[in-house]
Amino acid sequence: MNTPDSIPSHISKADWKRLYNRSVSERRWSTYTLWVGVIIVLVTTILSLAAPLSGIDPTEADLTQVLLPPSWEHPFGTDDVGRDIFTRVLYAGRLDLTFGVVTTYISLVIGLVLGALAGYFGGLLDTIVMRAVDLVISFPFIVLILAITAITGPGLLGAYVGVLAVSWALYARLTRGEMLALREKQYIMNAQTLGYSAWRIIFVHSIPNLLRSNLVFSMSDIVLNILTLASLSYLGLGVSPPTPEWGEIVAQGQRSLRTAWWISTLPGLVIVLVGVGFSLIGDGLADRLSEDGGGAS
Amino acid sequence: MSVLIYMSRRIIQSIPVLIAVTLIAFSLIHLVPGDPVRLMLGIRASDEAVAILREQLGLDKPLPQQYIDFVVNAVRLDFGQSLFLRAPINELIAARAKNSLSLLVFSVLVSLLIAVPLALLAAVQRNRPADHLVRLFTTITFAMPAFWTALLLVLIFGLRLRLFPTSGLGRGPAEYLISLTLPSITIGFYLAPVLLRSLRASLIETLSAEFIEAARARGLSEGRVLFKHVLRNSLIAMITVLGVNIGFLISGAVVIENVFSIPGMGSLMVTSIVARDYPVVVALTLVFGVAVIFVNLLVDLSYAILDPRIRL
Repeated sequence: MNTPDSIPSHISKADWKRLYNRSVSERRWSTYTLWVGVIIVLVTTILSLAAPLSGIDPTEADLTQVLLPPSWEHPFGTDDVGRDIFTRVLYAGRLDLTFGVVTTYISLVIGLVLGALAGYFGGLLDTIVMRAVDLVISFPFIVLILAITAITGPGLLGAYVGVLAVSWALYARLTRGEMLALREKQYIMNAQTLGYSAWRIIFVHSIPNLLRSNLVFSMSDIVLNILTLASLSYLGLGVSPPTPEWGEIVAQGQRSLRTAWWISTLPGLVIVLVGVGFSLIGDGLADRLSEDGGGAS
Repeated sequence: MSVLIYMSRRIIQSIPVLIAVTLIAFSLIHLVPGDPVRLMLGIRASDEAVAILREQLGLDKPLPQQYIDFVVNAVRLDFGQSLFLRAPINELIAARAKNSLSLLVFSVLVSLLIAVPLALLAAVQRNRPADHLVRLFTTITFAMPAFWTALLLVLIFGLRLRLFPTSGLGRGPAEYLISLTLPSITIGFYLAPVLLRSLRASLIETLSAEFIEAARARGLSEGRVLFKHVLRNSLIAMITVLGVNIGFLISGAVVIENVFSIPGMGSLMVTSIVARDYPVVVALTLVFGVAVIFVNLLVDLSYAILDPRIRL
């Protein structure tokens, strides 16, 4: 599109060259960061899935190997009952990554459908859905989730229910806003003129277009949901010991923080790494899926 | 006059949300599977003790009556007794609210201190290396679990350098502030990336506004333009971003109070859930919900005063 032979007359050739090069390098940079994100997420997922192949039990204590600092044999060291932290972190990854992905995409589907229906039909349905959204969004999310764990009792179930109860709302608000704009688009009106059913217009013609921004947002939502599970477990209200979970491992390490810094800090670094990975994918998707097809294409 | 109309309309709008919050808090104890009274007293409690507590909590009355009693008592700030801590709940909350509030105010200051200069740098240096570095900072801090950041700070500044206490609150005013420093820095880093993203966008918008160009054309120095014109006009954006994220901020504080054993409302909530002290959980859910509604109301009302255009 922006080939140098279509330079607007008031821009000098040198300036154009400079701007053109900058936009190309920016696009290349955003591709790099997207791939870095994909690699981080893939590597952690594969390592977590492959965790049982190591043959090390993540919950079995070994009192001859207590509080060993990181080494080749134990990359993240061992904890106060001699468990290998690296193995525990990998096993925890199975639980945390599953939690992040499952809660995020169930909420996405719920929010997407509710938001699209509310935006398309308007009226009473819209009012009810949006009041519920306002209510959920205005609450401090952790208070709502804690209240739900108070009902269900501590455990993974409460964490799933709590996070699902909260995180659909942002997708619903996002989708409803876009649906309002989409409803006025020519091709949707054409579909209405052709007498297509509302069901067909919403699910076949609208939702594929509404998915884009929801998918971008879902990447930071995965990070938030994993962090929420980790926080709950850290507080003793999520996954309970000895089941390995990232927040639980950090919490267990707090007891020996003075003598063994590695138990809490290294697993936390893995959480940060995974979070950065998902965020980079989200940024990359945002650049590529934006309406004009990305800055410099 | 128009300010008064705007304010009263906004206040009326918040009533349905307020009612919904009371309904959520009220229904909590009724959604507990099984008998909440038995869960609170333990399996070995006698039938008599269970009946007495049920009557005390008013759980033997019809539901609508219970709800009305709940709202009336809540308006009078009477939430009943904590079974576990053996004290009136309103006194328990009042004693802790001061600590939570101090922590929140301190944290907001820290996060603004981090977010505003970085957002300004990123907006001015848009799409240049400095902007990318700020973006990297945002991405990393966003992924940092708050409790983990807290432990890192404790490890470095508490245990190694011994500059700050690692848990609890100091008695005198100076010690009090010192003991809130690490928790506030933690929450500051937790909130900053969220603020930074919105602030950068709004600053970029302000920077390209016509009155900024006009100020430059009048020959004002770049520093004067930035600090006098851009930042002042971004004040509304700052208040909005803070208002929108007040729930996020409180969520961070709830977790961090527990890490540093600060006797606040968040740590009270967690201990009450573990102890199955349902009346306290109900009261705190209500108080947190109402507090957020109140802050959002204040934010909206402050627009009316700061920006005359909104009243129209």
